Amino acid sequence: MAIFINENTKLIVQGMTGSEGTKHTRRMIASGTNVVGGVTPGKGGQSVEIEGKSLPVFNTVAEAVAATGANASVVFVPPKFAKAAVIDAIDAELPLVVVITEGIPVHDAAAFYAYATSKGKTQLVGPNCPGLISPGKSNLGIIPADITGPGRIGLVSKSGTLTYQMMYELRDFGFSTAVGIGGDPIIGTTHIDCLRAFQDDPDTDAIVMIGEIGGDAEERAAAFINEYVTKPVVGYVAGFTAPEGKTMGHAGAIVSGSSGTAIAKKEALEAVGVKVGKTPSETAALMRAILAK
Amino acid sequence: MDLFEYQARDLFESHGVPVLGGAVAFTPEEAEKAAASMGGRVVVKAQVKVGGRGKAGGVKLAESPLDAREKAAAILGMDIKGHTVHKVMIAQAAPIESEYYLAILLDRANRNFLVMASVAGGMEIEEVAHTSPEKLARVGIDPNVGISPALAKEIIAKGQFPADVADQVEAVLLKLWAAFVAEDATLMEINPLVKTSDGKIVALDGKVTLDDSADFRHPGHEALIDHESANPLEAAAKEKGLNYVKLDGEVGIIGNGAGLVMSTLDVVAYAGEKYGVKPANFLDIGGGASSEVMANGLGIILGDPDVRSVFVNVFGGITACDAVANGIVAALAILGDKATKPIVVRLDGNNVLEGRRILNEAAHPLVTQLDTMDGAAARAAELAAK
Repeated sequence: MAIFINENTKLIVQGMTGSEGTKHTRRMIASGTNVVGGVTPGKGGQSVEIEGKSLPVFNTVAEAVAATGANASVVFVPPKFAKAAVIDAIDAELPLVVVITEGIPVHDAAAFYAYATSKGKTQLVGPNCPGLISPGKSNLGIIPADITGPGRIGLVSKSGTLTYQMMYELRDFGFSTAVGIGGDPIIGTTHIDCLRAFQDDPDTDAIVMIGEIGGDAEERAAAFINEYVTKPVVGYVAGFTAPEGKTMGHAGAIVSGSSGTAIAKKEALEAVGVKVGKTPSETAALMRAILAK
Repeated sequence: MDLFEYQARDLFESHGVPVLGGAVAFTPEEAEKAAASMGGRVVVKAQVKVGGRGKAGGVKLAESPLDAREKAAAILGMDIKGHTVHKVMIAQAAPIESEYYLAILLDRANRNFLVMASVAGGMEIEEVAHTSPEKLARVGIDPNVGISPALAKEIIAKGQFPADVADQVEAVLLKLWAAFVAEDATLMEINPLVKTSDGKIVALDGKVTLDDSADFRHPGHEALIDHESANPLEAAAKEKGLNYVKLDGEVGIIGNGAGLVMSTLDVVAYAGEKYGVKPANFLDIGGGASSEVMANGLGIILGDPDVRSVFVNVFGGITACDAVANGIVAALAILGDKATKPIVVRLDGNNVLEGRRILNEAAHPLVTQLDTMDGAAARAAELAAK
């Protein structure tokens, strides 16, 4: 078991014929993902050779689903066209859509999130995220598959590189699933969605939760942990030294007035018994101590 | 991007949100001229992107154009909470009867937009929410539905606006929503929205934040960028397409990925406590980290006179560490004599051994390698100590 994706995930890649799309399709196939085709409006009917596989290209997600039985997509479409691509996937009622694209206007993200919610068929991950990996089973997005293998830790993080860093720190244990939920102000799948899924997943024993400045998702996750999660959780929060009013790389990473600070997030997590590391390696050490018991 | 008040005023006007006359002035002479063309009493207002300027003496009433010139002379150049006043707005003065509040903003928690409307304006809205929550309407807006006239009516009623202004305020709300969507804003706040003595509703002061990610469909937004008060290093970094924020410490930071760089700042800050040093900047060179990007990044950081050491912290995810190491070596070759400060490098992840070998072989006298983030942060902090 794993959360959200497994060996039965059949993936289409939206924007597969673009350079990023092609590069990461190759990597996803190489790490065992069952990629069954791609979507690029206007290029339907063509096929592309990637990693020894001949992959059909479709004009729409609905056509791709009809022909291949795909049940998930990854979106590598540039910001300008990303909203149309995501709406296309929602219209095709794909159960899982992972939006890697960085720099999507927040009005577009708000619109496709609301659309997905009103339709009720599609789980969105991202935008501006590295995707998710269940090592050895499936890899949707850009997380390097060779950092570590399958194991029993679940990881949820707003940041891509901190996801990689934490997987590397705990590479001798491995992961059930690692989910990069993204650093934009509006994202589909949240810390809470992942915490719930990890709690319910019999193959996950413990959870690492990585947050950063901006918004109050970590505070709400803390409240959720208190009422629902019984598995051990360790946390890490980035951005203690971030100044007020400055966007730190991620569009959503900003302290506004006194809200969204790292210290408030750390305190909220600690108040519900989550151990929070001061650095990524200290956080990994906290997890090691739990797993050693 | 946050706008100045005069920019918000102009943007409101262009979308039909009622405002009073207003003009920006960079000198006392321009202020006098603007006041003369408006006629009557005017308000001279410091243009800074920070609250509390009234209390700081940055807002003054002027009785005549000459008075406006004198008031502008006093306000220009003032320092308000670390912000230098480079310009003032000359605003038409109006007899105010009531002050209200109206805003539309991005609601991250609910992943939609939020309208806040209240009959109690002129003060911080947090205060209204605290002291008289019954007077504050908070209504979520579905981005795909927007605000209908019927919903606007409902919101204004909830905000307890009196009957004699309700129609006008509803019209303002509908225009404000249209502007919010058309401009890709994440905040449009009117505080106060006022009723003048002749019963008209106008936006007296406004705050606007625009979504930088939407710049590609708003060529006009480029003209709103504030070049004067931008930090020169931040401006130079922006020109090179680098994600850089200047901070007030001594350890220059380069890393890949926003989360990892934020984390690096924190780790350096902890390590620096012992030596009295702090991180000098945030710089995310992204996933690629080619030698050119690395050279640009190192160039910006070494050009910061506050920097005394540099910490390059890269986790090779998609990018292999050997490519990053080659990037550092090439960057140092490009920079030549301009590279003068010690550089601590920590590489980990994809192809790390080859990356470390390349840096060892290059044996650049300024470069030290350490295996862990915590160890490298401690060394960089030590090297920056006075």
